[in-house]
Amino acid sequence: MVKTLPKTDVVVVGSGWAGGIAAAELSKKGYKVVGLERGKAQVREDFIGSKDELRYDSRKVMFQDLSKETLTIRNTTDEVASPNRSNDTNAINGTDTGGSGVHWNGMVYRWLPTDFEMLSKTVEKYGKDIIPKDMTVQDWGIKYDALEPYYDKFEKATGISGEPDPLRPGQRSSDYPTPPQKETEIIRTFTKAAKDLGYHPYRIASANLSEAYTNPDGETVNGCVYCAFCEAFGCDFGAKADPIATVLATASKTGNYELRNNAYAVRVVHENGKATGIKYVDTETGEEFIQPADLVVVSGFVFSNTRLMLLSGIGQPYNPKDGTGVMGKNLTAHQRNLTHTRVRGFFDDKKFNRYAGTGALGSTMDDFNVEQLDHTKLDFLHGFCLRTSQRGDRPISNNHVPDGTPSWGPEFKEKSLFYANRRIDIQQQNGALPWRENYMDLDPTYTDVFGDPLLRVTSKFHDQDRNIVKYAHQKAKGLLEQMGADYITVPEINEDTEFDKTSLSDHTGGGVIMGENPETSAVNNYSQVWDMDNLFVVGASSFPHLGSSNPTATVGALAYRATEGMIKYLENGGGQLIQDGKEVAATKK
Amino acid sequence: MADNNTNKPEKQGNVADPSRRRFVKNSGIAVGGVAGGALLGGLFTSQFGKKDDKKSSTGDGKKSEKRYEEARMFFTRFADFAILEQATERIFPEDKNGPGAIGLGVPYFIDKQLAGPYGNNVKDYRQGPFTNGNGTAADSSLNRGEIIINGLRKMSDESMKRFDAKFDDATEDQQTEILTDFEADKVQLKGISSKAFFKLLRTLTLEGAYCDPLYGGNRDMEGWKMKEYPGSIASYANMIEEKEFIKMDQISLTDYQPK
Repeated sequence: MVKTLPKTDVVVVGSGWAGGIAAAELSKKGYKVVGLERGKAQVREDFIGSKDELRYDSRKVMFQDLSKETLTIRNTTDEVASPNRSNDTNAINGTDTGGSGVHWNGMVYRWLPTDFEMLSKTVEKYGKDIIPKDMTVQDWGIKYDALEPYYDKFEKATGISGEPDPLRPGQRSSDYPTPPQKETEIIRTFTKAAKDLGYHPYRIASANLSEAYTNPDGETVNGCVYCAFCEAFGCDFGAKADPIATVLATASKTGNYELRNNAYAVRVVHENGKATGIKYVDTETGEEFIQPADLVVVSGFVFSNTRLMLLSGIGQPYNPKDGTGVMGKNLTAHQRNLTHTRVRGFFDDKKFNRYAGTGALGSTMDDFNVEQLDHTKLDFLHGFCLRTSQRGDRPISNNHVPDGTPSWGPEFKEKSLFYANRRIDIQQQNGALPWRENYMDLDPTYTDVFGDPLLRVTSKFHDQDRNIVKYAHQKAKGLLEQMGADYITVPEINEDTEFDKTSLSDHTGGGVIMGENPETSAVNNYSQVWDMDNLFVVGASSFPHLGSSNPTATVGALAYRATEGMIKYLENGGGQLIQDGKEVAATKK
Repeated sequence: MADNNTNKPEKQGNVADPSRRRFVKNSGIAVGGVAGGALLGGLFTSQFGKKDDKKSSTGDGKKSEKRYEEARMFFTRFADFAILEQATERIFPEDKNGPGAIGLGVPYFIDKQLAGPYGNNVKDYRQGPFTNGNGTAADSSLNRGEIIINGLRKMSDESMKRFDAKFDDATEDQQTEILTDFEADKVQLKGISSKAFFKLLRTLTLEGAYCDPLYGGNRDMEGWKMKEYPGSIASYANMIEEKEFIKMDQISLTDYQPK
């Protein structure tokens, strides 16, 4: 029997960056907010003494419990999908209080002005024929300048440490709140080589802070001690900006936010075109509840958001054959076996302190990004950043050896030990553009622990996806040659390089995308569902494509924008915030 | 003395010695049919028990406490464990840099992992239908513990077939040949590809070599020492800017976590 609880002003699914930002801003305004988090409760004390590679990095204990729910995966619409069964195949998204915002590395990039007008800028510059058949690239329904204040707000809430990108002057309303982190020999080596080659390196902006910082809401993030346990870990020292230390703390202080853990959202309940609440299961007791609310915010990971819409029958499911429908459309990712591959340089005579570092300690450059490249001479659209980072190599997951070395046995042992600290890696992050048949729907066979269908991912790589990575690898190789590396390994990308269970990463977008109109998108630029005014779907699910760097800052910016829309909606008594392409003061329908 | 009454056919601290290992194996074959466990145990301990008793394998000459945590909680047959020891040692062998898998406690680490949630795939999605045989270890309807047991026994079957010797009695080159063929997916296994089995075995071996010692691997932090990896250091703030490589003493979670 489903028990209906007393109504609240707002119910928010998820407690990561998107849900946490919504919770903080709404509760500060005096609205009563109930948060539903499927994972367990966690606080900073849980992370003290957590420098355990096997537990966190190998066994992925901060990631989704797949015994309850996972995805199925296939390449084409005529194939049968099979489940992504284990986090050791490929851990994708986090769980527990704070979501993926707790275990992140903390790299903070703003996406480029071109990103938000990707279709129109590309056509304007090169003509429409340059866009490959079946590429479903579109504009976001908002421009960079309109989004800039929200990026700024996210950076100030988190205290980001960084310095400006020399290739994008005049596009920031203020400096980063704190200066860059310390410089290491790896960063100095990269910077010198990049400058020697005429590039424009700058320090990666970091949520692992160079100094203690107190945000406008009074929350303090400590200064980082470079202890090297960031990705897959909660911070031992409270020195990584995460939702627990910032927005969730702010929301809790108001007394207006109640976070319920072990609360697994299974449906958006709706009636007559209005969302009326969230149905969820308390996974500690098995009881089902409905939490009614005036405003419903769905702010989980891409897959949770998309699946909740499809399971709830909200919006028209996307049909890849004729391009009709919107829910599930434009799945894009920085794939681990393509975008995330690294070019590695091995040095016989140089030894670096690779065991030390932070998740975002590094240097990057935009010389080959979308706005710098002339695509008439290239076999791909968009562009990429190049960077090196010193995250602190942990010994189980770092056993890299030059090409031609066996992967086990005496020679492997010898060389993996010798080169453990004699290496510099270059990574690119490239724009990932959408394709007509890369999408999500509900799986016909496999179900979750509650008996509901799993989300099915259909995705295939195209020449564009491979070409941009191959090009980036060559530029990365050039940088390592300039540094004097003795051996350089370039990952082989060929026609057999294909989307599979190792592809998806925490950098995934789409499914409930934003845009200019209800025909091509599911939400407007406030992340408000076109078909359901009091439902906001917030997070990377709203990305029509992925930009050429890490997505969290854009999730944060869009969440601040969305929350402003929610407040307008609540203050003005409802209605669509965007009508006929224009912003309107919301009015009751 | 417990040492004289144990049924444990091997004493710790000396297992990497191939000549002794071979003798133990052969003795086991010779007397196994007529002698019970207690007699077998007495035979071995009387011959080998005293000499290396309570010595650690750290190579630094220091004595360490007896490792009471080194007993099997997953593997029921010593024969399977003996294959595991030799297979992991081939993957990560002892050399001039330091101990190999056996010296680092890797086989016991794997035994403990397979006995627990990881070996039983408790956080994995386990609803069928499965696509056995053409995916990773996690795609198999067998759990990780079953995969390792099946794979190890198949390795020994292959060894008997090819060399008329059990895997752990085969020469190092013969063992390497079999592992190479498993890695190259040239051997048929039930419920999983030999390649996926090998990948799981290799991953577990490296995990055991480099995990925090609390898990029973990386014995005495020797894995970290070889790699010049310091472990659980509170702060690198004072040295992160240094140009030169800095070698640090290792710290494990035993000393790092608040108590």
